[in-house]
Amino acid sequence: MASVTLRVNGRARTLEVDDPAMPLLYALRDQFDLHGPKFGCGLGQCGACTVIIDGEAVRSCQLPVSSVQNREISTLEGLGTPERLSAVQAAFVAEQAAQCGYCTNGMIMTATALLAKNPRPTEAEAREALAGNLCRCGTHVRVLAAVMRVAANGTGGR
Amino acid sequence: MNEIMLERRQFLTASGALVVGFALAPVAPALAQQAARGAFPLRGVDEDSIDSFLAIARDGQVTLYSGRVDLGTGLRASYRQIVAEELDVPYERIVMIDGDTALTPDQGGTGGSTAIVGAGVQVRQAAATARQALLKLASERLSVPVEQLSVADGVVRASNGRSVPYGELVGGSRLDIKADTKAPLKNAAQYKYVGKSLQRPDLPAKMTGRHTYVHDFKLPNMLHARIIRPTSIGATLAEVDEASIANIPGARVVRIQNFLAVVAENEWNAVRAARQLRVRWTGGGNLPGSDGVYATMRASTAERNEDLIKKGDSATALQGSGVRRLNATYEWPAQSHASMGPSCGVADAKDGQLTVWSASQGTHGSRRVIARALNLPENQVRVVYLDGAGCYGMNGHDDAAAEAALLSHTLKRPVRVQWSREEETGWDPKGPPQLLDLRAALDGNGNIAAWETEAWLPMNTPNLPSRPLLSLVAAGIPQPEGQAVAQVQGNAYPPYDLANMTATVHWLKTTPLRPSNLRAPGKLGNCYAVECFMDELAAAAGRDPLEYRLHHMKDERGAAILKRAAEMMNWRSRPSPQRASAGDRIASGRSIVYVHYKHVDNRMGLGVELIVDRDSGRVRVDRVVCAYEAGLMINPDIVRSQVEGNILQAVSRTLYEETTFDQNRVTSIDWRSYPILTFPDAPAIEIDLMGSPFDKPMGAGEAASAPVPAAIGNAVFDAIGVRMRRVPLTPERVRAALAASGQASL
Repeated sequence: MASVTLRVNGRARTLEVDDPAMPLLYALRDQFDLHGPKFGCGLGQCGACTVIIDGEAVRSCQLPVSSVQNREISTLEGLGTPERLSAVQAAFVAEQAAQCGYCTNGMIMTATALLAKNPRPTEAEAREALAGNLCRCGTHVRVLAAVMRVAANGTGGR
Repeated sequence: MNEIMLERRQFLTASGALVVGFALAPVAPALAQQAARGAFPLRGVDEDSIDSFLAIARDGQVTLYSGRVDLGTGLRASYRQIVAEELDVPYERIVMIDGDTALTPDQGGTGGSTAIVGAGVQVRQAAATARQALLKLASERLSVPVEQLSVADGVVRASNGRSVPYGELVGGSRLDIKADTKAPLKNAAQYKYVGKSLQRPDLPAKMTGRHTYVHDFKLPNMLHARIIRPTSIGATLAEVDEASIANIPGARVVRIQNFLAVVAENEWNAVRAARQLRVRWTGGGNLPGSDGVYATMRASTAERNEDLIKKGDSATALQGSGVRRLNATYEWPAQSHASMGPSCGVADAKDGQLTVWSASQGTHGSRRVIARALNLPENQVRVVYLDGAGCYGMNGHDDAAAEAALLSHTLKRPVRVQWSREEETGWDPKGPPQLLDLRAALDGNGNIAAWETEAWLPMNTPNLPSRPLLSLVAAGIPQPEGQAVAQVQGNAYPPYDLANMTATVHWLKTTPLRPSNLRAPGKLGNCYAVECFMDELAAAAGRDPLEYRLHHMKDERGAAILKRAAEMMNWRSRPSPQRASAGDRIASGRSIVYVHYKHVDNRMGLGVELIVDRDSGRVRVDRVVCAYEAGLMINPDIVRSQVEGNILQAVSRTLYEETTFDQNRVTSIDWRSYPILTFPDAPAIEIDLMGSPFDKPMGAGEAASAPVPAAIGNAVFDAIGVRMRRVPLTPERVRAALAASGQASL
């Protein structure tokens, strides 16, 4: 047993783990009941598990939980609620940019990190930023429209 | 607010009203808790009864109980709109519970774009019947003839100014009536909700991580399980070294014949145990390998042969003097559902009852299979639908549900089974491979004198509850053998008016990998063959592909839809291939195809613009244009999103996707070995949904998959003058085809 302290959505939380190499995703989903990040591949190939750590969109499925202590971790839940959506979440709703919604976490987290750094990306830049996020339902066109809707405001997604 | 949570809370309200209003057994106080924990509320789910579909609470809230489920396809909006329309209640006052076998009627599995056309009609009829019953009750209450009553927003008003809300009318009795197929339906001219692009109610929760997918569902004291698959399909478990996971806290092995699983108290320990467990398998290794699959199919003895169409005398016409004969073979690969989320199932066996939470497309069918497998009475098994990742046919969800059930039944504890990426891409039942030979004769004018299709397809075995499930096979639990791949022969002959036309299917017992429905089953491969070959004939005749198709069509509606697509393409008449970029490294191509889905559903004209890099062999689709016969649309934006999604998924299936396998097992097992479409390569899409509220409803989306592969194949031919007859159109195959045609890569 090892004790690990994480800062998630602005709150410090401690958990006991049998294996310090356990990926962050399992701590978020199983210990903290944060279901925004999804298990998609466990291989860093699909983006469903994306979280934002210190401003960067990263894959939580391969990141040892012990390696991200005292870093600022944000999940989809931390961005907004159904009643108070973040600008990116609101744009995704406005464009109805999901079908099953399983990959949506990765889309929104990646777009949020992109827009915070580059408030007015071109569509080509948005496509490139999302290149590692897979969608099977075929919502690509709507997701891009949602990102460009926020880009048009130039607010950086805040 | 979490959609599921919302439904549960409101469900409690609705349930309270059920007890008061509908005089059901007094189980309601614990009902919400039971819904979460899995005991069995008493509720009539007889398909004939209105009360099975609809409940109106004292406060006016309407609950729709739907046997069909929302697979991420927007059904929760569409069905609410149907009920709001026919019952005259506000959209916002309707909640929907879908796919819980204890609460909802059995409306069959969800799939094939039939949720609106088939089951939606049932829902509509139930709402219309309920409205008539409520008017009758109001008439008695207000002592006013029904003719002098009107309804708006769930309140019945009389011409004399008196009114009564629905909630008060049903506050003492069940409606207790059967669905009336003659109950008057709203006139389309008066539609208030149907035809509106209302937003989906589940998306705000999905966008904020608050929606409960089956993957998110937990029970107290729940074990986490991982299934250990054999190294070879059909292998026998020889030896398990349980000591090899002794260092992982709480991890242990469960073995039932060749079914092998590890369980642990927490998820990561189950993952670790599955990776670490030392196992020895023997046997298996009898697959032909994906490269040999078409030869194997051609050499197989057919169980039976079927003529899909026999018109005129194609054999004689093919041998006619003065005709020009052409033939070609087309090959469509096995493909995975490739769901973004590996399948998951949770089960809780307790006191002789079993509850399973699953993203199955057909929870009622899943219940039958599980009850039979575990030798439980069907009424002691409850399967509750929770959203999964999009499945587009039977992926691993039904397997995961049965595996969780088997483990919970064995261990007497709640069990959650989560598949890995390798399992989902490697072990989901596959869209089967297809092999088609095509022959045609052209007359002196280049018109089609004869057409023959000869197809090799895996047989459908109807009336089975399910495809064989992996865990039941492995555990030696008998289940009816067979398979069901719906209408895989659809669209195997052209939708054109040809005098001499034959299409024959050689039905094979099976194909190497377990087959199941994969979106638009069979139609992508068949339309690929038929509409590419049609293009070959046009090119052989030196004719423009649009003109050539229109020349062979008598269906005016079809011609109008094809012409609409051409107009959107800004089509300029010329034969393929193009000459403008004949010598350039980057060649541009365009195409237009026509499909009449299953010959009875949606008509579509679809065009593609793409580029081919002769050097790398890469194909990039820039633009897809689709004129889509949509009929009556409940929610046009949802129809549009389904058409978009089908087009993009079909682009992916055409360019990238093939399930590869060797002698032992599937070798395309992750997103590198089974790549799909990515954002940089997503084309622009333009869609014209051709329909009106006065039309009959039609399939909403699935059909749009069918024309895409042929449109891509034809546009590649237009670009580089090379005919690609095997999918996917990978860079390697394009380069090889260019080399074979004498066009060296630059």
